[in-house]
Amino acid sequence: MSDSQAVVPTSSHDDIHSPALRHHFATEEQQRDSSSLGMWIFLATEVMFFGGLFCAYLIYRHWYFGDFGAASKSINALLGGVNTAVLICSSLTVVLAIWAAQTARRGIMLAMLALTMLFGLTFLGIKGVEYKDKFEEHHVPGATFSFEKVPIPSHPDQYANPQHAQIFFALYFIMTGLHALHMVVGLGIFSWLFWAAWKGRFTPDYHTPLEIGGLYWHFVDIVWIYLFPLLYLIDRHP
Amino acid sequence: MHDHSKSSPLKTYFIVWGALLLGTFLTYEAALIDLGPFNPVVALAIATTKALLVALFFMHLKNASERLLKLVVASTLFFLMILLFLTMTDYISRPWTLTS
Repeated sequence: MSDSQAVVPTSSHDDIHSPALRHHFATEEQQRDSSSLGMWIFLATEVMFFGGLFCAYLIYRHWYFGDFGAASKSINALLGGVNTAVLICSSLTVVLAIWAAQTARRGIMLAMLALTMLFGLTFLGIKGVEYKDKFEEHHVPGATFSFEKVPIPSHPDQYANPQHAQIFFALYFIMTGLHALHMVVGLGIFSWLFWAAWKGRFTPDYHTPLEIGGLYWHFVDIVWIYLFPLLYLIDRHP
Repeated sequence: MHDHSKSSPLKTYFIVWGALLLGTFLTYEAALIDLGPFNPVVALAIATTKALLVALFFMHLKNASERLLKLVVASTLFFLMILLFLTMTDYISRPWTLTS
């Protein structure tokens, strides 16, 4: 019985190479760090991408504060708040999926990835309800846009300028639309991650795609964390 | 066989999750109170706290070993601030509104 074990060569720890380690990296740690550095640089470009829109938003909000307040008040802030909570829950399930991969809990990993996608779809569904309201109220910028006789929250005796409100809604649709597009891309990434996890690709030693996909998902969450107060809660108090 | 995640991070994750939900609730409630010019200040302060929590604990910036990575994050924020602050100082301090 002990003979069979003695046949196995007692290799030192250094000889063990993960099959996931590529030739051009010295160690697994270096490979992991390089991946996450690359992702953070991509996220830097994303920050500047959204940053331009936030900048446009700030300028117009500064110019047309009252009109923006009136337009913002017409959006359902409760739906926006629920969506914020949904995204926060999805961010939790992402880190739990990574934790499960690190601790070799396959069932939990798959469940958390599925939950993440479910939360993502819930977010898009609620977003759809919100957009439907805006279409029905003719608040979509364009030929049928209408925002007549809507009082400005802090000056109830004045009406908002429809042209200025239209700029708010243009920014609202572009910013939330671009964010929703990122969610759709995120759902694609997580579908692939789920498939790879199902195939058993991720182990406690190698689960970099989960971490990189997670970075993307959390970034999209952070964008929403700013979009929610800036678009939904401009001038809400009675 | 080996445990390179120091202690179980689960507790941290759930605490951060709770804090983020609380922050969302506080943002919503604070928006219903009239704080004058401080409404957007409070909203942005809460949002930034939440963003920091996500970045530090969920995106693991707190335990990031690589200095280069921290440099990338810091320079991202630096350039974003140039974009937002320098633009806004200009727009706020000059009388070029389109309203008139």
